[in-house]
Amino acid sequence: MTDTFLSSTPSPTRRGFLKGALGVACSAAASPLLTPVTVAAAPGENRLVIIVLRGAMDGLGVFAPYGDRDFAALRPGIGGTPDDRLIDLDGRFGVDRRLGALIPLWSAGELGIAHAVSTPYRGKRSHFDGQDLLEAGVEDADRTQNGWLNRALGHLNDARAETAIAVGREDMLLMRGPNPSQTWAPGTRLVLENDERRLLQMIYAKDPLFAKAAATAEFLSGRDGKVKGGRDAEAIARYAARRLNEEARIAAFSIGGWDTHASQPHALQRPLKDLSRALIALREQLGGHWGRTMVIAMTEFGRTAAENGNRGTDHGTGGAALLAGGALKGGRVFGDWPGLKTGDLFEDRDLMPTQDVRHYPAWALSALFGIDRTAIEAKVFPGLDMGPRPSFIA
Amino acid sequence: MIPSTETIAAIRFGYGFRPGQTLPRDAEGLIASLTGGAAFAPDLGGPTLAERGAIFLRSHIRRKEKRPREEIREANQAIGSMFKADTARRVVTAVRSPHGFFERLAWFWGDHFAVAGRSFQQRSLVGRFEADAIRPHLTGSFRDMLRATTMHPAMLLFLNQNTSMGPNSVPGVNRNRGLNENLAREIIELHTLGVGAGYSQTDVRQFAELLTGLGFDRRLAQTQFVPRRAEPGPETVLGVTYGSHGRAELADIESALDALAAHPATARHIARKLATHFVSDAPSEDLINHVEAAFRRHDGALIPVYTALLEHPDAWSSFGQKVKQPFDFVVSSIRATDPTPDEIAIYLDPTHRPLRVRRPLVRMNQIVYVPPGPQGWPEEAEAWITPQGLSERIDWASRLGRKVAARTDPRDFLRTALADHMSDETEFAATRAAERWEGIALVLASPEFNRR
Repeated sequence: MTDTFLSSTPSPTRRGFLKGALGVACSAAASPLLTPVTVAAAPGENRLVIIVLRGAMDGLGVFAPYGDRDFAALRPGIGGTPDDRLIDLDGRFGVDRRLGALIPLWSAGELGIAHAVSTPYRGKRSHFDGQDLLEAGVEDADRTQNGWLNRALGHLNDARAETAIAVGREDMLLMRGPNPSQTWAPGTRLVLENDERRLLQMIYAKDPLFAKAAATAEFLSGRDGKVKGGRDAEAIARYAARRLNEEARIAAFSIGGWDTHASQPHALQRPLKDLSRALIALREQLGGHWGRTMVIAMTEFGRTAAENGNRGTDHGTGGAALLAGGALKGGRVFGDWPGLKTGDLFEDRDLMPTQDVRHYPAWALSALFGIDRTAIEAKVFPGLDMGPRPSFIA
Repeated sequence: MIPSTETIAAIRFGYGFRPGQTLPRDAEGLIASLTGGAAFAPDLGGPTLAERGAIFLRSHIRRKEKRPREEIREANQAIGSMFKADTARRVVTAVRSPHGFFERLAWFWGDHFAVAGRSFQQRSLVGRFEADAIRPHLTGSFRDMLRATTMHPAMLLFLNQNTSMGPNSVPGVNRNRGLNENLAREIIELHTLGVGAGYSQTDVRQFAELLTGLGFDRRLAQTQFVPRRAEPGPETVLGVTYGSHGRAELADIESALDALAAHPATARHIARKLATHFVSDAPSEDLINHVEAAFRRHDGALIPVYTALLEHPDAWSSFGQKVKQPFDFVVSSIRATDPTPDEIAIYLDPTHRPLRVRRPLVRMNQIVYVPPGPQGWPEEAEAWITPQGLSERIDWASRLGRKVAARTDPRDFLRTALADHMSDETEFAATRAAERWEGIALVLASPEFNRR
């Protein structure tokens, strides 16, 4: 790669050449000056997208169990029914109307809800500890400096750095670890005007680390499309889909804003819009690849069963995860519903988790990429018992 | 080509050149400069611990104590502003100080004893940690620094020592609470012996039991020892029994820390880390051995340890193997542009938008005082020169270049920033760039400026 880079690089002893080259800047600008990244054979055609919903999404609010006889009493101010703020899913659960754009996916079996799920995190209800565990995938998250998705890459056939991409500005623990992957925030300014680009190429030519990073950056930024900023969830999802249409098979990003301690119906406006638009963007942009894609949106924990004094909810335990994609057998709410009676709650306050949320990505990794079950239970999610093959896999 | 000793002293062991500032020229000069470093930034820590404790307490949510959310939100906002000010002061101190080696060591030790400001409560305290626990001991002994960092409220909070209590202590039994091993484990694995040294899980657990009772008073952000919380009975760590008279006390904890500081594995661990941070991602055994021997011979007195690092030939060869971390890149680039007092004031103002330093550091993935975990920041060049990371450096270089172009000639800037450490390509590019800002940006984005 650096060879081609070097061969087109003017050296200081060839100043005459450079002068000439500057004269033909127009034609040079038409082709990328920094070496493009090679497209490699990818591990199969299936695709996995992990969305981390930061801040603890209220599973009971977004996917509301309006059919549960105890629900209305716990949520007198913010609960809702299909007559007002919900759209009915199956006679028991209703989805917040602001996710209405996703109803066609539900009808097509391309959307599912895993309810009453949680990570093994219990008791302290700290966002940071909860997110660390969700991304590290192990109970003792303090001890792990790498993420489960990174560890999973180690068990993929022919995984390369291009196989997995984290999209956005943050350094996701989920993707951190020994296996190479890419990170890109669409909209990152890489202002290389023609001269600057050429001169940068020259000063990086003898330094492979810089040359490769610059070349990859230019390649990745070339995938931005008409992206304005890097923070918009829809732009991030479109970018992820573009890479998944190329050589990436795994993408991860996060959507924040779920910590709704007060005025929850209002506070959920933006994150719900982000989530809805991100999913629709993924489906649109992935086109024919959507049929071989699974999306799992997970959060660090659920929120209290009862609403608090500020029309909000506080940190809880059991919550919900959202599943989507053509590789999903959806249109259903998965999991064992524990009920909301006083005695059914966890520590008398939270939805009782009846299933480990890691169950879903574990089976997705197995079904989509053929990762061996023993490897998943030992290395990717140590301590997880995957149990029998679940029904959510198409 | 190996640059001059003077260049290496400034770039590899400091924050680079700044016009008008006379810097140490060699090993001897670097050591001598440490004396001035301690006195340079008396206000680095900002508000005192007691002042921070007052805000900390207001941000603390107690479930039973029904306090209005508004009050907590205000406290959190106050912490947010204080944290931004802490960050700005940290950057500007490094920009202004002529004692770059001292500042680099302060960063090194702050990273070795990493505390992260992730929650509002942690953020209220982390800005004080370096000023209280690191800088006063930087030219003293490792033993004293270990004691100071272990006992600091920011560390006690970050590694959950405050929630650890003896499972058989009275509050432990009554409230069914127990040990949190976090601090004990990190002291052994990260701060002293190092992972894989000769200790067992039993040592970690025994040390965690020994540490019970140590915590801090949330009302005053003041370290305290609460004997009631301490696990009854003696504990044995690495073969030494503490508290054999019944229950361990603070003095026993201090003795155990001293023993860990004096352990041979600690000497080697610190030697390796210093060599890795300053000289090479893969330092030679010979260099590590040399620094380790000095650590052991001088019982962890740090000046002889730094001297050993600087007197080894590796310190002055193999130049360019390290990549500046984003903080160092940003600081050294500002220094090279010779910031005016007005510009310094802008860097210090957390509300000022253009070219403030916090956002580029966030984008380069190195938020000051928020390392990824107790292990601190990664050292390897590959962790930093990523497509995203390099793009952000180029972006910063372009913005800074535009900012100072009116008063800076790229040809002078080239010599200021890189001295005799420039490649022909970079010299050519900087002098041939179509515009002044572009020439400056190319120097800042060059491998030579980013390596040390």
